[in-house]
Amino acid sequence: MKKPWGLAVYSGLALVFLMIPIVYTIIFSFNDSIRSNTVWEGFTVRHWTNACARADVCEALGNSIFIGVVSTLVATILGSAIAIGLVRYRFRARAAINLALFLPMATPEVVLGAGLAAFFFNLGFPSGMLTTILAHVMFCLSFVVVTVKARVQTLDPALEEAGRDLYANPNQVFWKITFPLLLPGIISAALLSFALSFDDFIITYFNSGSVSTFPKMIYVAASRGVPAEANVIASSVFLFAIMIVLVVQITGSIRRKRLSKMA
Amino acid sequence: MAEQQASAGADLELRGIRKEFPGFTAIEELDLTIPAGQFFALLGPSGCGKTTTLRIIAGLDQPTTGKIFLSGKDITDTKPHERKVNTVFQSYALFPHMTVLDNVAFGLKQRKIDEPMKKAQDALNLVELGHLGNRRPQQLSGGQQQRVALARALVNRPSLLLLDEPLGALDLKLRRQMQIELKAIQMEVGLTFLHVTHDQEEAMDMADTVAVMNKGRIEQMGAPEKLYDRPKTVFVSKFLGQSNLFVGDVVEENANSVSIDCKGHKLTVPKARAEKHSGKIAIGVRPEKATFHEDGAPAQSSDLNVVGPGEIIDIRFTGVSNQYLIEIPNLGEVTVFAQNVGKSPVTELGAKVWVSWKVEHAFGLADLPVTEDK
Ligand SMILES: Nc1ncnc2c1ncn2[C@@H]1O[C@H](COP(=O)(O)OP(=O)(O)OP(=O)(O)O)[C@@H](O)[C@H]1O
Ligand SMILES: [Mg+2]
Repeated sequence: MKKPWGLAVYSGLALVFLMIPIVYTIIFSFNDSIRSNTVWEGFTVRHWTNACARADVCEALGNSIFIGVVSTLVATILGSAIAIGLVRYRFRARAAINLALFLPMATPEVVLGAGLAAFFFNLGFPSGMLTTILAHVMFCLSFVVVTVKARVQTLDPALEEAGRDLYANPNQVFWKITFPLLLPGIISAALLSFALSFDDFIITYFNSGSVSTFPKMIYVAASRGVPAEANVIASSVFLFAIMIVLVVQITGSIRRKRLSKMA
Repeated sequence: MAEQQASAGADLELRGIRKEFPGFTAIEELDLTIPAGQFFALLGPSGCGKTTTLRIIAGLDQPTTGKIFLSGKDITDTKPHERKVNTVFQSYALFPHMTVLDNVAFGLKQRKIDEPMKKAQDALNLVELGHLGNRRPQQLSGGQQQRVALARALVNRPSLLLLDEPLGALDLKLRRQMQIELKAIQMEVGLTFLHVTHDQEEAMDMADTVAVMNKGRIEQMGAPEKLYDRPKTVFVSKFLGQSNLFVGDVVEENANSVSIDCKGHKLTVPKARAEKHSGKIAIGVRPEKATFHEDGAPAQSSDLNVVGPGEIIDIRFTGVSNQYLIEIPNLGEVTVFAQNVGKSPVTELGAKVWVSWKVEHAFGLADLPVTEDK
């Protein structure tokens, strides 16, 4: 059989192209720069050993993590409950809610961000941490509902009925059967939600006032050259994400191997 | 503090149960009493409402009207988890996130029974899956999953066990074995079993009482032998085994018997075995109760029904018996089973024969076959 060389070369090039910014970021986290981090000035691990040398970088990171965790928690709990309700119960506003949940995904972020800012302003809410979290919860919610809903739809109602039949009250049925079966969906919804929140710039820019987040800090710093500490943090986030993927892949393949050995 | 397990079965009574789904009535009207400790089989074609009946008894569906009594107590409004009733689901419904053993132990743990794991292991051993307790349900074959579902319900020793075609996925050998096992458990513990099945042999074999269900109603109910010997409707006569049916107007009625004229043949049925005694009625006979004669019509007598002559148009050898299909001009086809005991009478296609059966073996039905004229 003829090997598809063209395809291999093409995918190789695409991969390289995708990797360039990441590799660049990682390399420049070792750049011996003081202010501007645009020209190579020699190798150092200084920025890695003391990532919080620039207080504003670390503060922005802290804020981003805090906002991400809180809005993920709220959006995941609320969104999972909404997803279960939408699949399980027939009620009058069901179609309307389904549509409303799609709107934040379909609306351009600039519009959403500006609209929310105007809304908070009219209510007399000062922009800050709270408005940022509220805004993040709002756009994460849609994604959580969509992700968890898909999982609820594949859940066989007979399983919960079997639980009820085997002496479990509705509360126990939820925690012992429904919840564990939805958990993979809920976890991926939470991860997605955190990634969206951590990454968001546009909506945050409109609603966060003086609160600095990681994307905002980088945007502001970009004109003067991003500090190398930011590269360190960006690289760490990237490596952390890769690690999670690897762990999931490896445990999955170990489990599959064990299963096939037993069968 | 541990709740006592049911030591014996409870009796179940359904009174005037009716179940309507939007735009569809699944159960028309159901009255049913199952005495404690009975093995009761609910037999019927697909879609006749068997699963719906079980769901109502388990509490998973509410009846539109009617009441359910367990041991004399009205349980119509109690929740499923409060009923001492367990179900073996048609779709197994095993918990995929638990091991097989945890599945079986689930009910015991819920009720805080002592030594749930040991009891669950015993139940698994009983269905010969003791060695697979650590697996997930997805790693079992259909038949194995079915047995786990059985163990998971049985281990709770409920007052009433509902079985929704629990042996459907098993091969013949395992099926027989599980039937014997089930029957043994039921007798030993004295539980009440309500067993739903498509398989008439299984129902006749295992049950004390069989109810034949059709289109959301129970058509006939009784001991298996009784039901087989004297079906009361066309549906029951065809669903439980096979029947030859003949339709005609009643032409003679005396103290003991009723006779009809069916296209020139006079056919008689004992009065006690006929549902209707006048007008147009259907008379039937089981194929194994009929015999055929190749050398002339048998002598007319008051205790013998004779039809013919006809022609053998098909012969099937099924092992223990031969099935003969005989076409009788303007009467239709008649099936006769003859035991395969060596000296088989005729085995030639096209042979000219008469068919006869004893009047005492005939039965008269309450309704008429739909396609009486073909
Ligand atoms: N939720 C429902 N809504 C509407 N109709 C239903 C519903 N559940 C069952 N039915 C209908 O009620 C009838 C009886 O269904 P049921 O499941 O009791 O049949 P069954 O006798 O168990 O059949 P099978 O032998 O195939 O399992 C069927 O015609 C089915 O389509
Ligand atoms: Mg069914």
